[in-house]
Amino acid sequence: MKLTNYITLFAVLFAMASSACMQSNNNGALGGSAAEKVYVAPGEQDEFYAFLSGGYSGNLTVYGLPSGRMLKEIPVFSQFPTSGYGYSEETKPMFNTSYGFIPWDDLHHPDISQTNGELDGRWIFANANNTPRIARISLETFETEEIIEIPNSAGNHSSSFITENTEYVVAGTRFSVPVPQRDISIDEYKGNFKGAVSFVSVDEESGRMDLSFQIMMPGFNYDLGHPGRGDSHGWFFFTTYNTEEANTLLEVNASQNDKDFIAAINWKKAEEYIAQGKFTTMESEYAHNVYDEHTHTGTSTMKKEVRVLDPTELPGLVYFLPTPKSPHGVDVDPSGEYIVGAGKLSASLTVHSFSNMMEAIENENFDGDAYGIPILNFENVTAGQVESAGLGPLHTEFDGRGNAYTTFFISSEVVKWELGSWEVIDRKPTYYSVGHLMIPGGNSREPFGKYVVAMNKITKDRYLPTGPEMEHSAQLYDISGEKMELLLDFPTHGEPHYAAGAPASLIAPRSKKFYQLEDNEHPYAVMNEGETKVVREGNSNVVHVYMSTIRSHFAPDNIEGIKVGDKVYFHITNLEQDFDVPHGVAMIGANTSELLIMPGQTKTFLWEPEKVGVWPFYCTDFCSALHQEMQGYVRVSPRNSNIELSWSLDGE
Amino acid sequence: MKTTTFLTTLLLLATAACSSKSEQSSSNLPNNTPLGQASVVDEDSDPNILQVAIGSEDHSTLVAAVQAAGIEHVLVNAGPLTVFAPVNAAFDALPAGTVEDLLKPENKGKLAGILTKHAAPGSYNIDGLKKEASKGRKLYMADGSYLTVTTEGDEVFVEGAKVIASIQTSNGIINVVDKVIL
Repeated sequence: MKLTNYITLFAVLFAMASSACMQSNNNGALGGSAAEKVYVAPGEQDEFYAFLSGGYSGNLTVYGLPSGRMLKEIPVFSQFPTSGYGYSEETKPMFNTSYGFIPWDDLHHPDISQTNGELDGRWIFANANNTPRIARISLETFETEEIIEIPNSAGNHSSSFITENTEYVVAGTRFSVPVPQRDISIDEYKGNFKGAVSFVSVDEESGRMDLSFQIMMPGFNYDLGHPGRGDSHGWFFFTTYNTEEANTLLEVNASQNDKDFIAAINWKKAEEYIAQGKFTTMESEYAHNVYDEHTHTGTSTMKKEVRVLDPTELPGLVYFLPTPKSPHGVDVDPSGEYIVGAGKLSASLTVHSFSNMMEAIENENFDGDAYGIPILNFENVTAGQVESAGLGPLHTEFDGRGNAYTTFFISSEVVKWELGSWEVIDRKPTYYSVGHLMIPGGNSREPFGKYVVAMNKITKDRYLPTGPEMEHSAQLYDISGEKMELLLDFPTHGEPHYAAGAPASLIAPRSKKFYQLEDNEHPYAVMNEGETKVVREGNSNVVHVYMSTIRSHFAPDNIEGIKVGDKVYFHITNLEQDFDVPHGVAMIGANTSELLIMPGQTKTFLWEPEKVGVWPFYCTDFCSALHQEMQGYVRVSPRNSNIELSWSLDGE
Repeated sequence: MKTTTFLTTLLLLATAACSSKSEQSSSNLPNNTPLGQASVVDEDSDPNILQVAIGSEDHSTLVAAVQAAGIEHVLVNAGPLTVFAPVNAAFDALPAGTVEDLLKPENKGKLAGILTKHAAPGSYNIDGLKKEASKGRKLYMADGSYLTVTTEGDEVFVEGAKVIASIQTSNGIINVVDKVIL
């Protein structure tokens, strides 16, 4: 018995051990293969860049795929003490608007520039949702180079999507507002509130933006947009909701109509009307802020006019495609033929056909009009429906192999389906309540259909808890096979809405390593330590410090003759010409952030000393072996003192 | 007891069989970048001390010594560093066999010690060295020793080695000297 017991015990234990082993081998094999797919060994680099919007952080985060490693946070619409963006004197103008200095916004939909419908990796555009603006970020410097405000707009949500040659970046207003703004009762919404859809032109060479024209649409909510491509190039598609034109309790009142619209805007037609002078010029006020890479300085210009087109008066400019249940995402497949509308309160997806649409327009298959804008017959324009695909469809991306991938918020999943047959092929859960998804190039003619990133709204138990507030989760799936495979979970920063991705090979080789000192045209730059000085403007209280940094000292590092009440501008040039050798600077009591100055760059902070004494400043970036020695002193004397300005380094 | 031991052994074996694969895949990682920062490819930045030295025909012995001592990474890091770089003739002037002896693997530590005596934290070009001499400040070297800087007319000497030229690099200064400082 005893022996039998032992044998039994042995058998059980061995079975347990082997099954544990099998299981761990299975997990290990599966996990191992998933792990291998996302494992980027030390010293290796990722295959793709992913640019995730930061939502209410106002900034853009850069991730590597497949590792999910965060590589950088690019400040765009929010002040960012990490670099001094929005704190330095040079970058404050980037935050100027018709409402004054706005230190924050809500960044939603990054889009990478395209040529012939393919990613070209030159710039990435991003929208500010709250105080309507569009930013252009250089993918050489990964810095925000330009921000343009969008007038007559509020809740700049259907933005910042680009046309297939980056002719335009668009901005459709989510909230319709009185245009021009005026003091009227909210009850007078219908007919008085307008929805501006803006086309901002992008200079082919410089990328400079200009608000070319606005189409003043009926007072619906304009939600998202995507450009036509291929045959549908020249058209832009925007989802609308609240075609009921409700102005209160929209969660009920904007869900009354069975169908809202996808607005198809013929922007080539708009160009014709502009050329024919069929626009009105409206007085307006909006800021245009440009950062110059050579002066390292932003300037803000207030613009005063905008050209407006009236679609109710201009035939052929806009058509409405009826689309069920408050559509959210509108996504155009790589061929440009299919326009996918995701009715967010629906269980199905509606796919319109561009060629059907053109035929319906030709044959005038209209189902009435809205404010004079023709509504096309639903039956005539629809190509198909993806039935019972899930609950709460939001956004769709494409893999370039005839498949589409749609997120479903309510049923928390990504669903793969086939274009043409409209059959569901696969579904995988997300964790949890997914919003946008992104396939690198997934909204272009040439998607890179290897991975999809699902960006979720709810995190709950996915990571170690960090108190009530957690970062949002994202999931990475391998989509190279018939079925999707979950590879990785990673936290994001802020709230990611849309994202854009591109192969590393498109962007990495052109990434700038540092700024050429000889190209520095900042008016207060110094080219060497010999040029450093301290200058008082006449007998005023304004003092300019022309300062330099190099490993491991400031020049000058001793300054005397500053007085209480002075406005001291520290203009600091980093003389290094070496990749990844920034210096930082911070002054005790200065009412601003530190500055991080990249090699060859000049940045300025303002210090207004209020107390007599000797006050130190130091380098905030551990720049070198003698970083802790990198410091200096400023002597501050009483206002009535007659101590002359003097400055020195090592007594000279 | 015996049976228990046997069972334990079996279990251990089973477990070991499970885990063996993962151990293999994580090996050799530190070998990916044996030279540390010295393996970074960067064509755009100003050249660093090591890159300048490698490009100098007059410093082939020094470069060979640095490589033999395995201290390349010291000459490419953020610095700032001042290196007193003896020319080939300075090494040739040492007693016969000295260099060959130092280049032997078993003398790697000794060689590294000698070389780090030629490196000072900080940036001292010729003007900086003259200032050191005039103020009577000693140079603190990376091996922990202090070297004396002297001047004769316009010429500068560090511990008797004459500074022939001073070259600015991205991460510090190379002062070319005519003697090995021992």
